[in-house]
Amino acid sequence: MKQTTSDSATSSWRTVVKDWSGDKQTFDMPWGKLMMWIFLLGDTFIFSIFLTGYMNVRMSAVDSWPNASEVFALTIAGHHIPLLLIAIMTFILITSSGTMAMAVNYGYQGDKSKAVKLMVLTAILGASFVGMQAFEWTKLIVDEGIRPWGNPFGTAQFGASFFMITGFHGLHVSAGVIYLLIIAKKVSAGDYDNEGLQIIEITGLYWHFVDLVWVFIFAFFYLW
Amino acid sequence: MNKTSSETGATQQHPISLYLKVWGLLFVLSTLSYMVDYMQLQGALRWTLILIFMFLKAGFIISIFMHLSWERLAVKLLLYLPPIAILLFILMMALEGDFTHLSRLTWFTSA
Repeated sequence: MKQTTSDSATSSWRTVVKDWSGDKQTFDMPWGKLMMWIFLLGDTFIFSIFLTGYMNVRMSAVDSWPNASEVFALTIAGHHIPLLLIAIMTFILITSSGTMAMAVNYGYQGDKSKAVKLMVLTAILGASFVGMQAFEWTKLIVDEGIRPWGNPFGTAQFGASFFMITGFHGLHVSAGVIYLLIIAKKVSAGDYDNEGLQIIEITGLYWHFVDLVWVFIFAFFYLW
Repeated sequence: MNKTSSETGATQQHPISLYLKVWGLLFVLSTLSYMVDYMQLQGALRWTLILIFMFLKAGFIISIFMHLSWERLAVKLLLYLPPIAILLFILMMALEGDFTHLSRLTWFTSA
């Protein structure tokens, strides 16, 4: 049989028909992993609605939207550097995604102690992200006087959008840190020795999703 | 790169070098999108670059880190089809926001 791209496309559509019509479980994965995907799909809708709401108030505003590059700038040793803290937070979150991916990998290789260490490292990076966010919020609230109902820089809805979106994301990171630590403890205690270490991949899905959401927040809120 | 895994959907086994490469790429892409702001690029160029870097980063995270590119098509459809509703909603809210903006300019500005 000739292997062309259209052939392989047809055959992957055939797998869809087979998966849905066969006398078997539709999605060939552990239930915990499927449920995590469904949860993340729901979470995608929540974050999308927040970002869409932000887009809507920003588009309909008559006065000027605060310039994120200025609002989130830091002055270090006399140098005015735009978005510095946000850039560092972005790199930390990406790094934590990398360590998480490696934890999943070592888990499947059966190297439990390396997997646990990498999960703890991921949690530490996540916690430092939340710490920096707390610092950022403090600076904006105490020094800059930004409130959900108004701010000195421009459109009043800036604060509401900002605290809602980054707050909900920060909540996800905090929950992720706790989740990671609990799973790391259970993995190292040997709770999953019989069923295998799929659980690390499931935890990883959640963690990568948190990183994924940050990619969109970074682009739409900070860079726009 | 590595096709030994997942036709069965069992476990996701890929060489660690793949993750390190993607990790590096994400760093580069983040640096580039930060540079867009740092260089104060404006207008169409700014948002084109921001969106390109954003979608590349999102794509790498979803397909490699979350292993979606090795999942079966049924799983991909489960995850890719529902967000079409989000895109429609974004479009509707963009139209609505534009309308509100014009109404405010027409009726509610004193200048």
